[in-house]
Amino acid sequence: MTGHAAQTGVHAGLHPDGHDHGSHRTYLTGFALSVILTAIPFWLVMTGVLANNQVTGLLIMALAAVQIVVHMIYFLHMSSRSEGGWSMMALVFTLVLVLIALAGSMWVMYHLNANMMPGMTDMSRMP
Amino acid sequence: MTTAILEAPDTRDTATEAPAFYLRDEHEHADGGSTALGFWIYLMSDCLIFAVLFATYGVLGHNYAAGPAPKDLFDLPLVAVNTSMLLLSSITYGFAMLAAYEHRQTATQAWLAVTGLFGLCFIGIELHEFAGMIAEGATPERSAFLSSFFTLVGTHGLHVTAGLIWLVTLMVQVRRHGLMEANMRRLMCLSMFWHFLDVIWIGVFTFVYLMGMLR
Amino acid sequence: MLQDPKLLHFLFGRLSLDALPIHEPILVGTFIVVAIGGVAVLGAITYFRLWRYLWEEWFTSVDHKRIGVMYMVLGIIMLLRGFADAVMMRLQQAIAFNGSQGYLPAHHYDQVFTAHGVIMIFFVAMPLVTGLMNFVVPLQIGARDVSFPFLNNFSFWMTVAGAVIVMMSLFIGEFARTGWLAYPPLSEYAYSPDVGMDYYIWGLQIAGIGTLLSGVNLVCTIVKMRAPGMTMMKMPVFTWTALCTNILIVAAFPVLTAVLALLSLDRYVGTDFFTNDFGGNPMMYVNLIWIWGHPEVYILILPAFGIYSEVTATFCGKRLFGYTSMVYATLVITILSYLVWLHHFFTMGSGASVNSFFGITTMVISIPTGAKMFNWLFTMYRGRIRFEPPMMWTVAFMLTFVIGGMSGVLLAVPPADFVLHNSLFLVAHFHNVIIGGVLFGLFAGINYWFPKAFGFRLDPFWGKMSFWFWVVGFYFAFMPLYVLGLMGVTRRLRVFDDPSLQIWFVIAAFGAFLIALGIGSFLVQLVVSIRRREALRDVTGDPWFARTLEWSTASPPPAYNFAFTPVIHDIDAWWDMKERGYVRPRQGFRAIHMPRNTGTGVILGALAVAFAFGMIWWIWWLAALGFAAMLAVAITHTFDYHRDFHIGADMVTRTEDDRTRLLVEGA
Repeated sequence: MTGHAAQTGVHAGLHPDGHDHGSHRTYLTGFALSVILTAIPFWLVMTGVLANNQVTGLLIMALAAVQIVVHMIYFLHMSSRSEGGWSMMALVFTLVLVLIALAGSMWVMYHLNANMMPGMTDMSRMP
Repeated sequence: MTTAILEAPDTRDTATEAPAFYLRDEHEHADGGSTALGFWIYLMSDCLIFAVLFATYGVLGHNYAAGPAPKDLFDLPLVAVNTSMLLLSSITYGFAMLAAYEHRQTATQAWLAVTGLFGLCFIGIELHEFAGMIAEGATPERSAFLSSFFTLVGTHGLHVTAGLIWLVTLMVQVRRHGLMEANMRRLMCLSMFWHFLDVIWIGVFTFVYLMGMLR
Repeated sequence: MLQDPKLLHFLFGRLSLDALPIHEPILVGTFIVVAIGGVAVLGAITYFRLWRYLWEEWFTSVDHKRIGVMYMVLGIIMLLRGFADAVMMRLQQAIAFNGSQGYLPAHHYDQVFTAHGVIMIFFVAMPLVTGLMNFVVPLQIGARDVSFPFLNNFSFWMTVAGAVIVMMSLFIGEFARTGWLAYPPLSEYAYSPDVGMDYYIWGLQIAGIGTLLSGVNLVCTIVKMRAPGMTMMKMPVFTWTALCTNILIVAAFPVLTAVLALLSLDRYVGTDFFTNDFGGNPMMYVNLIWIWGHPEVYILILPAFGIYSEVTATFCGKRLFGYTSMVYATLVITILSYLVWLHHFFTMGSGASVNSFFGITTMVISIPTGAKMFNWLFTMYRGRIRFEPPMMWTVAFMLTFVIGGMSGVLLAVPPADFVLHNSLFLVAHFHNVIIGGVLFGLFAGINYWFPKAFGFRLDPFWGKMSFWFWVVGFYFAFMPLYVLGLMGVTRRLRVFDDPSLQIWFVIAAFGAFLIALGIGSFLVQLVVSIRRREALRDVTGDPWFARTLEWSTASPPPAYNFAFTPVIHDIDAWWDMKERGYVRPRQGFRAIHMPRNTGTGVILGALAVAFAFGMIWWIWWLAALGFAAMLAVAITHTFDYHRDFHIGADMVTRTEDDRTRLLVEGA
């Protein structure tokens, strides 16, 4: 992003220094995809068209994951080239840790609750 | 291994061909080469804060304490409107960045202002939602579910608010100094921040609102 | 109007004259000593007219070398406070037998062990480690400073602000009585309504911001600012461990920030995260805090491992054995440190499947450390070992840390941990690894890099005195604790019923006394070294015949570190330069671009203290004003676009000529 000559008209979005900045077309594509990937889950839940809640749940989680990837590519211009690969490595490392923290906490807490709070495992009914 | 990159210093003993151990003709590299990566790493740390809040919501989110549950509280159409506010603000910020790279300062400012307005709408709608819940007795203190809900969604909202303050500050700075190098860097960082908040929101509306209504 | 309770309440929150501990003789005595000492120091600075010098050359400096030294000063001062707490505990536990209650009431004793842990981890170990990394890493990679020099300064002052907040609790109000990790429900408002917990929370939150930003800073520095030719696998091992440490900081400290925020929401707003009722779950706090806590101990030890690698290679006159395996071991430790956290609460009841998973991962994580140990030993083998103080500390580390590591592997076995959890065995284990690992490493590092920072070595005689007192003292102080723990004695006890235990506590107290002499010797070492500095002078910049790039600079290095950016060809870059006929350039210097000093960091730190004080004492107008002011100052700072200047080519030439003269005279 050092000083560069103004680029006119349709440009690939790729600047001389190698950074990808996107273009009107890629932003609109990302936007359209995001709208679709948002509308579908809302529709699925609001209409309850799939009788099975579990399937619905899995589906909306999958769609969320896809939309996150869409955001990463089209809005955040994530690529394995940015910052010599360090951005991607930082992201992957963070995602691994997020998964460990989420899955680990839920696994551990489930077991703790089951063992240490017997009879109270369904906290949704507890005062 | 002789890597004769540059000319030898004058006092060097030319009988033994020593490799070059320093850059004699170093041209000053531009300031701020680390900023993008540094901000990205900061965003990863912010991601982990949200991970803890999501984990807390995951563990405590079913503890209604005989109080209101998601079905009693969540207004999905309103959440859908809010989501679209944030998504629209993301694309308008994208347009602001494109205008900035094309050195079109007025267009940049205009798109930034629109982004700010969408962001304000988002915060406004969210505050309205919170006020409604609190008025019904669904306060953060009522149950662990509500504590986790308000904290997760509220922290996201605080980040958006911080982003709005930053946005206004940047608009003032662009007005004063134009789209100079330092301001471009700052716009780039805010861009990362803004899109990152939209990514977090995807997690929020999926795991909190939608999954909540599925229980 | 001045008596109006509502107005007083608004102005002062819950602060009142009762907050001053005038009825506690120990604190009154401490205050008198601190006040006299403080007045003496401030008076001396004023008398010698050093305020301007301190402000312009140190407090507002964005130079990583200055900031590194200031971190070290902070850590050493806080070591004295933390150690005072240790002595108080040892004394109490040595005498509280046969009906005696000792001299410390429970209310005070509980604060002492809490403060001891908090201060030693957050305000001694972390600053010392951060200070060394700050000073050394840019020099080792051939850079002129860190990626974000202003942020570096800001991070330092936030750490100081945290320390000030914790120290304030001595004389205004009290400190937490929950242990250094403040488990709920005890740390919840219902059971700890006093300000102590709030001092704890805000002290750590503010210092935590500094630490997190410092982590981002150093990761970026190591990734982006290495000299040309220095690929990742040509970096010095200390830089590798610094990189992994700072990655851990960035990845772990957000968790601490979030957990403390949740706890403070419980306390201030009445949320139900960790309460006993309304759906809260105190076990979740323990889970989350240790997700932070385990990486934290690796944040402390990895830099020490890096120091040992540098010291061993230098003082054995050999390249470090197994560079690649050292790097991989460090990376494996970094990743695995996220998979072991439950071993801190095996006994909380998660059951066999969970416990065995974490027990296995805990045992696995000891393996890469073992690999490192062998690498150090193989480096020593057939080396020409010089037993200067840094090497002495390293050898002591090898023996001591292995014992501590083994007791850790024992604790990693869940059934064994069921007997030993929260006993003195545990206390002995973690002191064994922290003192034997981290502290010995810090002393090795201080003795090793002191000449680089100040231009003269530390006095070796007093260094050895300090060493022997520390090492012998450590064994006397902590080996009895292993015995006591195996006999079933619980930690954090104030009074004991079984008189047969007393002898062990007395031995431990004797050990503490020896350590006190060790600390005293260290302080004497500093004073003597300064007074004898001409005799200890280092003119070459390389007093130890070392191997890495920082030793190619003058001692102390000029503000710009390197007149020309170095070009790297091999591991142990400086050794490579010496071997292959490097000739120091003496002309052709150019102007060098440098960042400007700034007072913003100091101001933000002071405002952070004001904000925290307001939050702690419920003086809401002060908290709001402090926060708003911090925001305003920070935003105003961003309006300053002229934060740099150039050191002119003639100035560089003059500085380099001075060094040339020194080298010629010393030769």
